[in-house]
Amino acid sequence: MAQQLDQANDIDGATLIEIFRRSMRVYKTDERFRQMLMSGKLRLVYYPVRGQEVLSASMMSALNIDDYLVTTYRGVHDQVAKGIPLKDLWAEFTGKVTGTCKGKGGPMHITDPDTGVMVTTGIVGAGLPIANGLALASQESGDGRVTVVCFGDGATNIGAFHEALNLASLWKLPVIFLCQNNRYGEHTAYAASTSAKQIVDRAPGYSMEAVRVDGNNPIEMYNAAKTAVDRARAGEGPTLIEAMTYRMLGHTFGADFSYVPKELQEEAKANDPIPAFRTLLLDRGVGEDEIAAIEAAIDAELDAAVEHALSSEYPGLEELRIDVLKEEIRA
Amino acid sequence: MSTTDKISFAQAINQALDEAMGADPKVMIMGEDIADAQGGGVFKATKGLSTKYGTGRVRTTPIAEQAIMGAAVGAAIAGYRPVAEIMFMNFLTVCMDQLVNHAAKLRFMSGGKTWVPLTVRCTTGAGVGFGGQHSDMLEAWFAHVPGMKVVSASNPAEAKGLLLSAIEDDDPTLFIEDIMMYSQQGEAPEPGFKVPLGKARVRREGSDVSVITYGRPVRLMDEMAEKMAGEGINVEVIDLRTIAPFDEETVLNSVAKTGRAVIVHEAIKSFGTGAEISSRIHEELFSDLKAPVQRIGSKYAPVPFSPPLEQAFLYSEDEVTTAIKRMMG
Repeated sequence: MAQQLDQANDIDGATLIEIFRRSMRVYKTDERFRQMLMSGKLRLVYYPVRGQEVLSASMMSALNIDDYLVTTYRGVHDQVAKGIPLKDLWAEFTGKVTGTCKGKGGPMHITDPDTGVMVTTGIVGAGLPIANGLALASQESGDGRVTVVCFGDGATNIGAFHEALNLASLWKLPVIFLCQNNRYGEHTAYAASTSAKQIVDRAPGYSMEAVRVDGNNPIEMYNAAKTAVDRARAGEGPTLIEAMTYRMLGHTFGADFSYVPKELQEEAKANDPIPAFRTLLLDRGVGEDEIAAIEAAIDAELDAAVEHALSSEYPGLEELRIDVLKEEIRA
Repeated sequence: MSTTDKISFAQAINQALDEAMGADPKVMIMGEDIADAQGGGVFKATKGLSTKYGTGRVRTTPIAEQAIMGAAVGAAIAGYRPVAEIMFMNFLTVCMDQLVNHAAKLRFMSGGKTWVPLTVRCTTGAGVGFGGQHSDMLEAWFAHVPGMKVVSASNPAEAKGLLLSAIEDDDPTLFIEDIMMYSQQGEAPEPGFKVPLGKARVRREGSDVSVITYGRPVRLMDEMAEKMAGEGINVEVIDLRTIAPFDEETVLNSVAKTGRAVIVHEAIKSFGTGAEISSRIHEELFSDLKAPVQRIGSKYAPVPFSPPLEQAFLYSEDEVTTAIKRMMG
């Protein structure tokens, strides 16, 4: 990992710092959720993203704020990297009326159109056909937006994946299929569920551009993301990116993780993308003080977000009748 | 309306889509075989539209219902008003996830940040020999999903008016067409004629019994009411037009007046929409009722192929008149 980082030197310093800032924003958010769950201050079903921070940060740094994102229940890294204000996200995760969705969606259903987060789905694979629709809207209106849909390696075994790739390729939609291959679908290892040797092997069947990269390497990941974004924006069609990563914790917070071989965990810890990224920055001459300042700013935002979430009100019970249909349901 | 101009049900659908696309550039339609290169739809409901509006806004899709419905949902939350054609109602089972988990719920789950102004057209109905997988009436499934509207027209003019309203509506609406009715002729409506969603129509006033129905059985009930009048029984016929949310006010006012109600639908009787309507009547009007509410639906079986079985499966006029006469004592 460190070696690969040393070799790559083709993105500018400002972009690299931005990817790092987003990575740390994800890392610290995820860490804080787990701390508060551990201490009993929060109670919710939480899908950890430890180990997948740099992947998301690199992808989202290649997008504009108004580009569209569709993600899944394990999506807090994607949402935070895309730029959702942490106070809105935290309030939604805690079911408060000040949340992105007034507390009515919750962690698995984050929507924030202001930052392009259009759909978060709890149904594996369901985001891909919807991403096509968002991209279709951009293709028809000519608004120049690109849509990114994130999903795991497990989602490539469900029918919606195949229907969506076929349609996107057929219609040359400005959409990027970002497969975050974290090597496990829930508790089942990749090889036990997936017949293809690698996910990119599925793209030629749909005549689709595809690339497999180390998603934990910010430079490799950003370059793949940027290439796909540029292609989509130029009207050259979709790309499937298989970004290799690793889910360092269980499927949900506190879930059994004993099915993962010890050696794999050891290897993952040795290749943890966050310390590696820090080393990369230091190697490239970024000062400790600059890194500390970035982290301090995130800590401050996070402290304020948690405080805001905990002190906010729950939605009023009239919300049961609101947003079911456009017109309020009669009491 | 002019009494001389007639249009078919299929032409009514076509006119509604044409008017909607002409009025709003955000209306787009997608589905299998719908463009003119593929014949303009298997029932010709979309004929001419791709030539007029282009294959960008009138898109023939692969036979891939999840892809169709997902694309429609995505385009809808990005500001379009898609009309997705799912050729047969049974094919909705292939894309239930997109409809039930996404289209119907995104407004609520996003706290109103996104919404899905989507119209889904489909056809169905027993009687033409398609057998078990192309004929089901599944409207109760969708009526049971919060966030969805369900519509069914009984004549060409109202089909056009209801479809225009569905396309303009900001919530997902399932528009059910009947395969036996595409060639049915009816009066042509004036341009711009619309039927509001959620409003039933009292087709015939009567004082003895309220018959509540929708879709294909409406015409049969009109004819039945005429015959019953000859026997001295005055039947009020109500066409719901919108199945969900149904027009409780019109139904309850009618039954409060007549004291008797029969609900007629082609869907099988068990757990059908008739059960919900009957329950609402009993809950609100129990002491006004002169007899228990009756439901007439098709038999509890998959739709059979063999013609005698298919006819025996379907609800019948005789069952309705027998029920009415029993209620009248």
